[in-house]
Order: sequence, then C-alpha cells, then structure tokens
Amino acid sequence: MASVSAFELPRGGFCFDNCRRNGMLGAELAKHGAKLPKARKTGTTIAGLIFKDGVVLGADTRATEDTIVADKNCQKIHFIAPNIYCCGAGTAADTEITTQMISSNLELHSLSTGRKARVATACCMLKQMLFRYQGHIGASLVLGGVDISGPSLYSIHPHGSTDKLPFVTLGSGSLAAMAVFEDRYKINMEEEEAKALVRDAIASGIFNDLGSGSNIDICVITRDKIDYLRPYEEANKKGDRKGNYRNKAGTATILSEKIKPISFDILEETVQTMDTS
Amino acid sequence: MSIMSYNGGAVLAMRGKNCVAIGGDLRFGVQAQMVSSSFEKVFSMGDHLYIGMAGLASDVQTVHERLKFRLNLYELREGRSIKPNTFMSMVSNLLYERRFGPYYIDPVIAGLDPITFKPFICSLDLIGCPMVTEDFVVSGTCAEQMFGMCETLWEPDLEPEELFEAISQALLSAVNRDALSGSGAVIHLIEKDKVTTRVLKTRLD
Amino acid sequence: MPTVMEDCVGAIQHRFSPYSFNGGTLLAFAGSDFALLAADSRLSEGFGIHNRNAARLHKLSESCVLACCGFQGDCLSLLRILEARVKMYKQTHQRPMTCPAIASLLSQLLYSHRFFPYYCYCLIAGLDSQGQGAVFSFDPVGSYERVPFSSLGSASAQLQPLLDSQLSSGVQLSASQAEQLARDVFVSAAERDVYTGDSVQVCLVSSVEVHRDSHSLRKD
Repeated sequence: MASVSAFELPRGGFCFDNCRRNGMLGAELAKHGAKLPKARKTGTTIAGLIFKDGVVLGADTRATEDTIVADKNCQKIHFIAPNIYCCGAGTAADTEITTQMISSNLELHSLSTGRKARVATACCMLKQMLFRYQGHIGASLVLGGVDISGPSLYSIHPHGSTDKLPFVTLGSGSLAAMAVFEDRYKINMEEEEAKALVRDAIASGIFNDLGSGSNIDICVITRDKIDYLRPYEEANKKGDRKGNYRNKAGTATILSEKIKPISFDILEETVQTMDTS
Repeated sequence: MSIMSYNGGAVLAMRGKNCVAIGGDLRFGVQAQMVSSSFEKVFSMGDHLYIGMAGLASDVQTVHERLKFRLNLYELREGRSIKPNTFMSMVSNLLYERRFGPYYIDPVIAGLDPITFKPFICSLDLIGCPMVTEDFVVSGTCAEQMFGMCETLWEPDLEPEELFEAISQALLSAVNRDALSGSGAVIHLIEKDKVTTRVLKTRLD
Repeated sequence: MPTVMEDCVGAIQHRFSPYSFNGGTLLAFAGSDFALLAADSRLSEGFGIHNRNAARLHKLSESCVLACCGFQGDCLSLLRILEARVKMYKQTHQRPMTCPAIASLLSQLLYSHRFFPYYCYCLIAGLDSQGQGAVFSFDPVGSYERVPFSSLGSASAQLQPLLDSQLSSGVQLSASQAEQLARDVFVSAAERDVYTGDSVQVCLVSSVEVHRDSHSLRKD
C-alpha cells in the first residue's frame, strides 16, 4: 500500500509513488539515449544435488554491477527454515528479500500448524509469489531441504515455473556447472563425494564464467544436521601487492576541521585491586 | 547518460581499527553544468552513524528526510540508539518498497555499534540490496575510480589518522578523474569518543 | 556479431553489429632512459573467456612496442598493417623507424578509418631519438598525445587515478620500481574488473634490449 504522506509509516507491500515521476523522467531521458539504471546482479553460479542422506547446495560469492565486482564475498545461500535453504541468482535485492519474506511466512505457517516446514510448501509459496509478479521480481532460486518425505530439490524461475530434479544449476555460470553434473552425477552418492562434485561444479562456473567468482560456499542438509560451510574453499586468493602505497599524514590539504566530542555516561566503574605483595 | 549521473557525486566509506570513515564530494550539477559546490551528500543519523547517498540530488534529499523521520520514530519508540545493522535494514525496507518505482540513489552507511563500538560499513543498491563488507564501499559516478584507489590504499587495521589519509587520497584522486564529481570534499572520521569532520581542498574545475 | 533488437511494440529486427569488445587493460610509463608497458592476457567476450594467454604487447622495433586492446579482430589487422609499414620504411630508408615516427604513422592509419574506425585502444612506448622513454596514448580514431604515463582499456578508470596519485608530483621511477607499480596496480584491477585477469605481461624497453616478463593474476 502506498503511504499517503511522508508522516505515515509503511503498511507493507510495494509502493508505487515514484512510478509516474520515474516514467516521465525515463521518457525524457530516452530522448537523449539514456538508459534507466540497473540494480545489482548476482551474476551467479548456483547448484544443488540430492545424495544418499540429503541435499548439497553450492554457490559462488561474487556480486557484479555491470562489469565491476561489487562484492567479493556475498552470501548467496539463504536461510528459509532450519531444514531448508535456498540459493539465489538474478537481481540481488529480489533474491535477498524474497527469501527473507518466504522464510518469515513459512515460520508463521509452521507455528500455526505445529509441524516442521516442508520443502514443497516453501516451493509453493515462492512460485505463487513470483508468478503473481509475472517475472518482474527477477529471482532464480535453487531450493533444497530435508523434510518428512526425505530430501528434495527444486529450481524456481522468475516467472514462477518450478522443476523437481535430482541435480540443478542456475545463474550465468549454470552451463559450466551443469556440464560437470551431467558428466559425474550418480544417484545415492556418499556425502563426501557429493560435496566434491558440487565443489567442482561451482569451481567450473567460477573459472569459466566472468559473472561468477571468488569463493565456494556449500551447505549440506541432512535429516539430523546442517553443515553451512562458508567458505568451503577459497578458490581465489586476494592478490598481494609488493609495494607500500600509504600516504604520509598531511598529504591531503585540510581546509577546516570540526571535532564533535561524544560524551559518555559512565554508569558503573569497578576497579579490582590485586594483592601483589 | 543515466539518471544516476544527472547531478553527479561520489561517496565512499572505509573501515579501520575501532573506527570508520565516510566521505563524499560537494558537487551539485546538472549534467556538465556546475550549480553548487556545497551540496553535502553525507548526513549524520546519530552520534556514531552516518549515511551518504550518491545519485539524483532530489532523491538524496527526499530519502534523507524520510529516513530521518523513520529513525526518529524508531528511537522514540525504542528509547535507544539504533544499531547500524538495524539502520541498514530500515534503509533496505524503504528502498525495496519502491522496487517498481525506485529512488535513484546508491546509499553507503558507516557507523559504530552504540553499545560495543564495533565498526560497521555497508552499501545498498537503488532497490535496497544490502551489502556488508569488511574493507570499503563506494558509490557514485566515479565508483570505478574509487574501487581502483581503495583496492590499493586500503589495508586491514588502519589507525584513525592513517584511515583518514587513505580515504582522503582515494576520494581526491578518484574525483579528479571524473568530470561529474569533485568541487570539494568532506570526510567524517568516526571514533568511539569523537567525530572529526574535515573539509578537504580539491580542484574546483 | 549479429544482434537481435526488440523495439517497444515487440517487433524483432535482426541487425549486424560489426564490433564486439574483447576486454583487456593496458598501461605504460616513460622513464628517463626506459619505457615500461604492461597488459593483462585475458581475451573475453560477454561473460566468457576465449583465451587466458593472449598477447597484447607487440614489438615493432628494437626501441618501440605497441600495446593494443579492444576488438581483437581490429587489433590483429591493425598490427599486421603497422608491422608491414614499419618493415617497408626500414627497407626504403635503410634505418629503423623511430618511436615518435611510428606513433605518427599509427595516428594516420587510425584516422584514415575515421568513419568505420578500428575499435582499438593503442599505446605506443619506447625510446625517442635522444634515448629518453616515450609513451604515446591513442584514441580509436587517431588522436594522440605524448604523456609520462597512461592506462587504457577496460580497467583504465581504476588504474588512472592511482597512477596520478603515485606519479603526478614528478617522481622519477627506476625501472624496477615502475615494474613493481605496474604489477601491483594490475593486481588491484584484477580484483574488481571482470575483464582483467589471468596474467600480466610486462615489457621493459631500454637501450640494451626489450625485456619481457609475466606474473600471474586472479583466474576467476
């Protein structure tokens, strides 16, 4: 609901106050050949697979703004419920906030039903929400978890379509990662083998896709435990520089300086004396 | 030309040892035309908390006022200072609400936790995707230039004065290679017991 | 490269776009008696990497090296023509072409394609007739300038302010200092620019030789 004035707190939901103005600005700018600004993308490699006892999810950690790396260590495996996690690719804000929102709705749902959340429920809530916005919310998700019916894994696309598969990849590096899965995926793998396969799939995305990079995060979900390994592996070390580029103090010319002291209220002070004799 | 570079401007924040610094330029222009060289883009949001916004100038001011209003209500209701992390969520909510009609700004937040004084910096994109980092965050028309500078000048655990020198050089050298930002710069150095605000000398062309 | 363009009513037009951008970053310094060039070796297009070991530094004579990035097809073609012209000059005049003369030739070559330009960012560096280091920086249509240092290509916006701050106060670097600075700024650029990485090739032009070296960078 759009808030009527600035003096009213938001009531939740989207607000379309600026749309008319932005439309006019956009039309004016388009005459000069300008584009509307792009939001931060994750430009990602995300992947997941089902093994003998559960699900392994994996993601890289690079966020890009066009061709610049905006974040070298961002978290792409989001919490949904204690037994469900979700990898996000696409518009960073959309994946972040959609998963947060579904997570809180799912918690309310499991509180009211008194049962542990099921992966199918989370999947249904996500696809209904994404379908409602007709693809305008640009979130591609890999949802995985273990519930009463065993391990399950879904891929969810921005328009709200879903697939239930034994192994999935999404994001700009999905082809590189899928090549590894297609080559080496087997049913009923052991945990270590499954982790190594997801690691290799994500690494293939990191090294072959420019939109993906930095580290490998892995989340292993089984019936009785969650292993969130962040980072599972630092695939790329930060380069080290040989020179020292520190500037001497006083290199920048200061025109004026104002110091605002912040006073403390000391509520309590204890001095413990020691017997040193 | 994009709407984000209509007025020009640059903001960055860096993390040091028990301190943070945030700075911005002072230019306000209409495309290549200079209008003012005293347009502050970095605002105080509490004793240890600052937000800087680069982008469309009218949105910078509007969002600042809306945030101040939400912040005041929060602090009246809760009776305590806001944590930087909570403030980040507040900004994120305000921006994501307008997912389909956004404010054209890229905010940067720097502050110390009001209880533990732990340094905190983060940036958000125009639809409110939060990004918390351990080193530095930049936004504005010369973001690329600032990234290049910060990558080389920033080191872990800089002392307050070293941090000030690093952020100043990063900002000054970056705006000198950008036609749409510059004309003066302000740096706020936030420490546990004081905030030092310094105006820097820059080229005015 | 063929592109598909959709207009607002959804009609699809197929158009041929003759250019693409293949990434790459170049850097050069002029010293008192040397010139130093550096370039990364990643050749990419869109979100893919074509080659991790591409050559961007090309020796044109004993005292002149060309660094070139942009659209790889144009870069190769331009290099081939330039090499031929430098060889023809040498055979006609019985002496090697000087670095400033090669720069002037390149400018004319680029400007002769004013209305269908070579999509190339070029740097020419070497020694001038007095034996001093010289760097010439070009735009794609042939405007050029002799400068003490320059960076071009996809991460140039990240490198240039850094070079300004390290070198603007008239500091004269030694060859080894210049090499270290070149390497370090490429390490920084590889952190943030997706088109810069894999390795950095460094080329030192002095009166003795043209010395090449290479250091690895991030691969992601």
